[in-house]
Amino acid sequence: MTTPTTPRSTGTRATRVIGIAAIVMSAWLTLFGLVLSPADVAQGDAVRIMYVHVPSVWLAYLAFIVTAICSVWVLVARGRVPGVDRVAGASAEIGVVFMAVTLVSGMLWGRITWGVYWQWDARLTTTALLFITYIGYLAVRGLDGSPEQRARRSAVVGVVAVAEIPLVHWSVRLWRSLHQEATVLDTDLDVDIDGLMLFTLFVGVIAFTLWFVWFVLHRARVMALAALVEERSLDEALAERATEVPAGGQN
Amino acid sequence: MSTPPGVVATARMIAARDLRIEWRARVVMNQVIPFAAVTMVLFAFAVDDTGALGRLAPGLVWLTVMFSLLLCAQRAFAIESADGALEALRVAGVDPVGIFLGKAAALAVQLLALAVVMVLAALILYDLDPPAGGVVLLVTSAICATCALAATGTIYAGLAAGVSGRETLLPLLVVPVVSPVLIGATRAVEAALGTGGTAVADGWPWVGLLAVVAVASAVVGALTFGSAIRD
Amino acid sequence: MSADRPTTPDRDHGSTDAAVVLEAAVVVMGAFPALAGVDLRVRRGTLVGLRGPNGAGKTTVLRLCAGLLRPDRGTARVLNVDVADDPAPLRWRVGYLGHSNGLYDDLTALENVTFWASTVGADRGDVDAAMAAMEISDRLRDVRVRHLSAGQRRRVALAGLVARRCELWLLDEPHTGLDVDARDQLDRLLRAGADAGATVMLSSHDLDRVDAMVDHGVDLVAGRVSREVRR
Repeated sequence: MTTPTTPRSTGTRATRVIGIAAIVMSAWLTLFGLVLSPADVAQGDAVRIMYVHVPSVWLAYLAFIVTAICSVWVLVARGRVPGVDRVAGASAEIGVVFMAVTLVSGMLWGRITWGVYWQWDARLTTTALLFITYIGYLAVRGLDGSPEQRARRSAVVGVVAVAEIPLVHWSVRLWRSLHQEATVLDTDLDVDIDGLMLFTLFVGVIAFTLWFVWFVLHRARVMALAALVEERSLDEALAERATEVPAGGQN
Repeated sequence: MSTPPGVVATARMIAARDLRIEWRARVVMNQVIPFAAVTMVLFAFAVDDTGALGRLAPGLVWLTVMFSLLLCAQRAFAIESADGALEALRVAGVDPVGIFLGKAAALAVQLLALAVVMVLAALILYDLDPPAGGVVLLVTSAICATCALAATGTIYAGLAAGVSGRETLLPLLVVPVVSPVLIGATRAVEAALGTGGTAVADGWPWVGLLAVVAVASAVVGALTFGSAIRD
Repeated sequence: MSADRPTTPDRDHGSTDAAVVLEAAVVVMGAFPALAGVDLRVRRGTLVGLRGPNGAGKTTVLRLCAGLLRPDRGTARVLNVDVADDPAPLRWRVGYLGHSNGLYDDLTALENVTFWASTVGADRGDVDAAMAAMEISDRLRDVRVRHLSAGQRRRVALAGLVARRCELWLLDEPHTGLDVDARDQLDRLLRAGADAGATVMLSSHDLDRVDAMVDHGVDLVAGRVSREVRR
């Protein structure tokens, strides 16, 4: 069951188009984010971190929803859809990266604005919890077993994790709201945005989405190549077993 | 011609069996509850401030219950792995939803007993003075919280049961997912015991949260448990 | 599961209704082909012995027939159910005893068999009959399984299969850990099971014993069938 030609790279016309679009949008984002959009009245230039922070968190959620949809598909198909499983895994990996970007940018933003890296902002706290949740998902993906077993197990975690997202979000928000009455300042990382800032944010989301798609396509294809290698080595192992001479006496 | 039992009958059968095994072996009673109790004592060393301990009591109780959940959930599936029974259940065609509900129910009962003991321990060790009107809130929130914990613990312990290196995997998977339970249960018990300065009435919205988490965990668990234990 | 439990099936040797049909079955464990193309046809009601060195694939064949594994290539039909497609209809018609017995240590022999019987809705009568068939004395019934010897545990596990009226018994090295008398007793009981209509497949290192008792001997080497002997 070997393919006639093995692809020499995971790039195709589709990924080249997406990649170029992503670079263009990123250039736009840089221009608008750093130069053209206005600084905030209260926070000054520090608000520009938002153009990385907010799209990252949206993309992280998008990535996990993609993982969840693929996970449900994998469970319904009893683990026999390796392509879908690969997308689930790739999406989760990229999602974890976006979460890390969200956390780091959020901490830097908080440090610059409020002087502390962490003040239990609702969004950052939720992100931190989800970050660990999906680290767990990746840990389950890395377990031993047949591809079908790994697909099924991580699909279970994927489905439970996505069900958890709204619950964590809701409970952390409720928890933070208890403390809002106590403090004078709103320490949440939020800013009044309109006009040019909103447009820049929009550009940021598009740029990040393009990068997400580009990364997931490449990563899923790399996984497919790895599976192909596994399949080839199975053929070799079968051929080898056929010539095996038993060590003990013949029965 | 007899027919295989339905989901509810299966769940009842499995829950009864698990509880009977616990009654005979007394693992939760003799090992986990003492562990939890001594953890409550250790908190006093760590915090070393009677006033603060009183305010922290609800959180400490539920942290302890959460850690004990990890032990109890692992135990619930250790009895299955010990002699390959989980696999035998699968081959025998027992409905996985029934297995999940039964094991989660038995786990919830054990956790509830543990939570009750921990609340009593907190009352004694941390010198609390609870209002009389908080008992209903306390019991309701405890039931919802333990059901939510049991459902999540069962599904991940079932998943981990077939894999080596599972000891460190279970806490990593379970703890982030039960964080809403920790948040809700702590606030509800705070209101019930009057330690946070909040009225008993403030605790009920948190019970709502806990109930939603419990139902969501049970539904997701029932749907995915079959895939989780297949191997 | 709508399959009815059978009455004694026909032991017609010309019957084409095979209990197990494997065609070029390949099963991969990790990257290793545990079965490298197995062709096997087992008639209903026969006693089949799988022989072969360690790593030959005996356990894998049994697990494949139990529906615990799926063939990565080739086909596997067990009791007319395509294992590759959906092994669910096989459930409760197959009894599998791997290296473990599927028993709960803290329950008595009677409680264990009753539990397994109730997974298919069998009643007390079936349980008592099964215990008698496996020569489990009244005294032994009420002993907790953890206190039983290896041979006694095997018999309790087999009683579970009998109580569930499994059509196919799959036993992986059932003689392991048993002394000669216990092995003789086990062989007697397996023979009786096959005579009563069940298809019994077992694997064993005890070559002479297997030779003497089986209707159909299968030798496995390096994941393939090297020799078959039918009586």
